[in-house]
Parts: sequence; C-alpha cells; structure tokens
Amino acid sequence: MINNPNLNRLRRSMMFLNAQKPGLIKDPYIYKPDSIMLDLEDAVAENQKDAARYSLYHALKEIDYHGVERVVRINGLETAHWKEDIRVCVAGHCDSIRISKCESAADVIAVEEEMKKAEEEFGVPHGEILIMAALESTKGVLNALEICQASPLLFGIALSGGDYTKDLQTTISGTGVEFAWARGQMINAARCAGKQCFDTVFTNLDDMEGFRRETEMIKMMGFDGKSIVNPRQIAVCHEVFTPTEKQIIQAEKIVKEVDEKKAMGIGVFTVDGKMIDIAFYPGAKRTIELAKAAGVYEGDL
Amino acid sequence: MDVIKSSVAGTLESSDAQVTVEPGSGALELNIESSVINQFGRQIRATVMETLDRLDVKNAKVTIVDKGALSCTLKARVEGAVFRASGYTEDDICAGKKLPWGGAIR
Repeated sequence: MINNPNLNRLRRSMMFLNAQKPGLIKDPYIYKPDSIMLDLEDAVAENQKDAARYSLYHALKEIDYHGVERVVRINGLETAHWKEDIRVCVAGHCDSIRISKCESAADVIAVEEEMKKAEEEFGVPHGEILIMAALESTKGVLNALEICQASPLLFGIALSGGDYTKDLQTTISGTGVEFAWARGQMINAARCAGKQCFDTVFTNLDDMEGFRRETEMIKMMGFDGKSIVNPRQIAVCHEVFTPTEKQIIQAEKIVKEVDEKKAMGIGVFTVDGKMIDIAFYPGAKRTIELAKAAGVYEGDL
Repeated sequence: MDVIKSSVAGTLESSDAQVTVEPGSGALELNIESSVINQFGRQIRATVMETLDRLDVKNAKVTIVDKGALSCTLKARVEGAVFRASGYTEDDICAGKKLPWGGAIR
C-alpha cells in the first residue's frame, strides 16, 4: 500500500505548460490551478528534448509552486526519450509522472520499474512520486480497467482527445459524440478501481460557453477534473467542480439525518420533501469532502 | 568537460537566455549581453561562472544573450549548451549516456 496524501488530492484543473519555455514555467501558480503538467512530450520540439530536461530539473528544484501539484508529462514508451525523462523527474522530485500514450498495464509497470531504479539512484523513497496515465488510443481506452489496476502509484487516468480521434478516424466535432464511449468507459473503469478520471482539453479559447458546457457535462458524468491549456479556463473549471452553497447545505442535511435516523433504526425518510436512504450517503459525503478540499466548507462535519 | 564543438541552447524570448559555447583558445572567456546588465550583471556572471565551474569547463568561449532569465533558466541554458558542445547528443543520452542530475547538474 502506498500512503501518499496526494493520491486523492483535488484535481479540478490540470494545466499543460511547455517545460522548455521559461516564461511559462516561472510563475504559473499565480493563476492557482490545482495541478500543472510540465510537458516534455508534444510541446517540445524533437531537437529540444535535451534542453527541456535541464530547464525542467532546475524549475523543479528552485521554483516554489506554492502547493500546486507538479506533474511531468514524459515522452511515450514508443520513443527513445522516456527513460532519461524518468531519471530527471525523480532527480528533480516532481509530484507525479504522466505517461503519454499509455496502452496497457504493462506500460504502467514498465514506468514504475524505471522509477524504482531512479529512486534508488537519487535516494527518493518509493511512493513519493505518483503516476497518472493518458489514454490516447482505442487500445488504451479499451484497456482502461487493467491500466487503472496496474499500480498502487497510479492515481488516475486522463483522456487525450486529439490522438484518440485520429485513431478512431474521426475529428473533434464540438458535440462530444466522438468521445461519448471513451468517456463512459474510462469513468466506469476509474471508479471501479477507485481511481480519479480526467477529461481531455478544450482548445477553442474563444468559446468559453462551449468550454463551460463540456465541463458541466463531464462533471455530471462523474469526472474529477479537466486538462486545460490556458489560465483563462481555470475559473470556469473550478466553478463547475466546486459544490455550491445549496449543494453543501443539502449534503450536510443528508449526512446528519442518515446518521441520526440510522441510530433510531429508520432506513428511509425525507429531507426537504425528497426521499433519502443510505444510497445517498456516499454522494453527500463526497460533496462535503470536495467542499473541504476546495476551501469553501465552513460547517462542522 | 571538454568543449569540442560550437553549440547553442536557449532562445531570445523574454525570460530566456541564449547561450553559445565554443572551443576556447586556452582559457575561459565569457561575454554577457543583457537587457538588465546594470541591475543584475554581477549576479548573472556569478551564476554562469558557478555553473561552468561545476561542469569543469576551463577552456571555452561562452557568450550569453540574456532576456531577463531567472537563475534556474541561466543554469539550464549553460548546461544545455555545454553538454551539447561536449558531445552529449540526445541520441547518446537515450542510448544510456546518463546525465549527472544532482551532481554536476545542480
């Protein structure tokens, strides 16, 4: 078992940043995303892979990100770069490693094995650096459950829509129809394995209404957060994923009433005219936990 | 480290620095051009010299064009240029020529 408090931390917004761009990585914490994802993969040109690692190493060592989670997206296992990427991630002691183009449990295990070697080399205790997996292909999405169950270090999976739609032989329509099955499959697998699940990026920065609609939809589906590409998307993302005052009050009532009625031997009852039983309890608890993590809970539960 | 060829790392974008490392003529020669040379010239020089010292570079011509880089960026760019100039290509690194993270790279 891994005892790392970051496993279940709040990750409403996970913002991509090119690790090779000093102007981007020097102070992104001012926008207060929950996580930043320092990218060694697609954002970095092939002839700058080496330069990006030096930049990443010193950023991890010297910049205070004020509690924002520092995830590093490493190059895929089909490339030659990923092993040295893992060495620099461990030496710089990032918080989590994002596996790009993850397709199977074996991919996760290969990354974990390489991490163990680096942890030994650099004296980092095993379990301090976590893993997340990006599913970017039909094979990866089909294998979502085995990926979720591959390692106790893995905290969640994320859909990567650009590559996935290429693999499906379609394009991103804006309606979400092309992602419907992948999203459903992934959130189901993640929850089955007790892991978190994150949605793909929304790249049209001028369509904030579309971004809000998509974020509300994936929130309803059960997702924990969304990958984002611009600080402008953070506020909307947090608004959607943070419980409202009304939801918090309702959740409080349910938790308190269920506890009370259980002691009295009553299984089903009404709260504000709605039927409530034990099935509502975990959801209400989760709302309270989310409110606490987001810093908006002022009650006594 | 022995500088065996000319190499560049970094860009001329804001907050970055472009570092050029060339084979020297027997000593270390350092030229710095910066938009903030009056305020930070001494610090930039100190950071670059410490980094070159850690990398054991004794014979090279080093040119810095600084665009307001933080010290972490300066170090990264000097290391990038020196390792490239010393023959550490990405192919070599991927083939197992491991970089000294936490050692000479600090």
